[in-house]
Amino acid sequence: MAEILELRDISAGYDGDMVLKGINLTIADLDFIGVIGPNGGGKTTLVKLILGLIKPMHGSIVFHDPGERNLIGYLPQVSQTDKKFPITVLEVVLSGLMSVKQGFRAYTRSDRDKAMEILGLMGIKHLHRKSIGDLSGGQMQRVYLGRAIIANPKLLILDEPNTFVDNKFEHDLYALLGELNKTMAILMVSHDVGTITSYVKTIACVNRNLHYHRSNIITQSQLAAYNCPIQLITHGEVPHTVLGEHIHTHHHE
Amino acid sequence: MSENIFDLLQYSFFTNSLLAALLASITCGIAGTYIVARRMVFISGGITHASFGGIGIAWFLGMNPVAGAAVFSILSAIGIEFVSSRSKIREDSAIGILWSLGMALGIIFIFITPGYAPNLMSYLFGSILTVGSTDLWLMAALALFLAVFFAGFYHLILFIAFDEEYARAHKAPVQLFKYLLISLVALTIVLNIRVVGIILVISFLTIPQSTANLFTNNFRSIIFLSILIGIIGSISGLLVSYFWNIPSGATIIFAFVLIFGIAKAIQSLMIRADIRKQQGS
Repeated sequence: MAEILELRDISAGYDGDMVLKGINLTIADLDFIGVIGPNGGGKTTLVKLILGLIKPMHGSIVFHDPGERNLIGYLPQVSQTDKKFPITVLEVVLSGLMSVKQGFRAYTRSDRDKAMEILGLMGIKHLHRKSIGDLSGGQMQRVYLGRAIIANPKLLILDEPNTFVDNKFEHDLYALLGELNKTMAILMVSHDVGTITSYVKTIACVNRNLHYHRSNIITQSQLAAYNCPIQLITHGEVPHTVLGEHIHTHHHE
Repeated sequence: MSENIFDLLQYSFFTNSLLAALLASITCGIAGTYIVARRMVFISGGITHASFGGIGIAWFLGMNPVAGAAVFSILSAIGIEFVSSRSKIREDSAIGILWSLGMALGIIFIFITPGYAPNLMSYLFGSILTVGSTDLWLMAALALFLAVFFAGFYHLILFIAFDEEYARAHKAPVQLFKYLLISLVALTIVLNIRVVGIILVISFLTIPQSTANLFTNNFRSIIFLSILIGIIGSISGLLVSYFWNIPSGATIIFAFVLIFGIAKAIQSLMIRADIRKQQGS
């Protein structure tokens, strides 16, 4: 399968503080990588590197088709955006097209139809005129997901997509991601290891270093070997097949 | 009141001030919506007060005070934007320093200038009744530029202002637009100092927008509604200023607050009626 991008021996951090060290990762078409790891281990830093929001201190990121404009769609953590900003749901979804439009052309009729179709897919078509601040956390999450996918990116990056999501939408979300994965690669950061491992294809354990696990089945002892201590949060009916023997262990700091 | 309002229209100073009120409403309506949406009210206050330093220096050098204020405020606007994105100084502290430094420089230079000191009151509180045709042409040019710029780049401005990080991830010209927009905010502030004065210009950039924001959450609608509120408030303030001989800045801002109060009351009634309707159905 064709490669989309490659991280080569990357070290990165903030203000001389190294968060990630010696990272190697290749993302190819139709990958579905779950990124797990402890808080402060560098998961979000990894996302910011790939998005070009921070520059690596060492190493390089190679894009295999540098001319591609709508390479990446991105779902940020909901808490990052200004919830009182005067912008409507439809405008937020449409703004995902800015990457291909370069900002100079107005939205066309078909852009709007596409945005409405995506809102329909998310089950929030009726909210399109609402201001973003009037939405619940889960609804907002869907709007941002709509913005991320409207330009048909080759790679979809999700940072903690299940934070504010209710149980029903969580199920729908993963079903939707499975559908999207037929046409685009997905890289998903999550703290909820128990749930994501049943949807992803491979796992990247990030804790200063990155250990790539070419399967979605990972055991507690493998996690320990990867130096990847994660809190296992199990709520209710979690798929049991994916984690090793310690699935019901509750780790708290 | 010895004169009829319509008799006033035959005086050019009065038509000038009406035009100034209209142009101030347009420029502040557009720039202010951006300021309020991006939560840049404090930055704008800093730029406003820093511009007083420019007025003082220009006065000392025998140059046009408005030109001095324009240069000073654009430089301080770019400086604040630069400091907040690059250095480790906390943004609000940097603004606080610039804020008082500008005022201090302005006062120092005005007082060491030999001869008559300019009418400080008119810079601090505005004097819409003495607006000249040069001021009007400058304001008209700015209003036209703002309108064209915001209409042409509306979606890109909104895209960057709403979620800067997302815009940067998509290689949008974030820095360029931030510097451009903050410079336009600085110019808007400077050209409106004549109308409402340094101390009160920030109100012209925030009260109409906050009033509009009570009724709509759409960026474009806030612009149009705050222009309308700006026109109503500034013309009412202008009349009171003329008849009672009070600095125009104070009367205009007071009119804005009055409109805000009425709007807030109407909004509460609308919400209550809404709830009653929902309970009834």
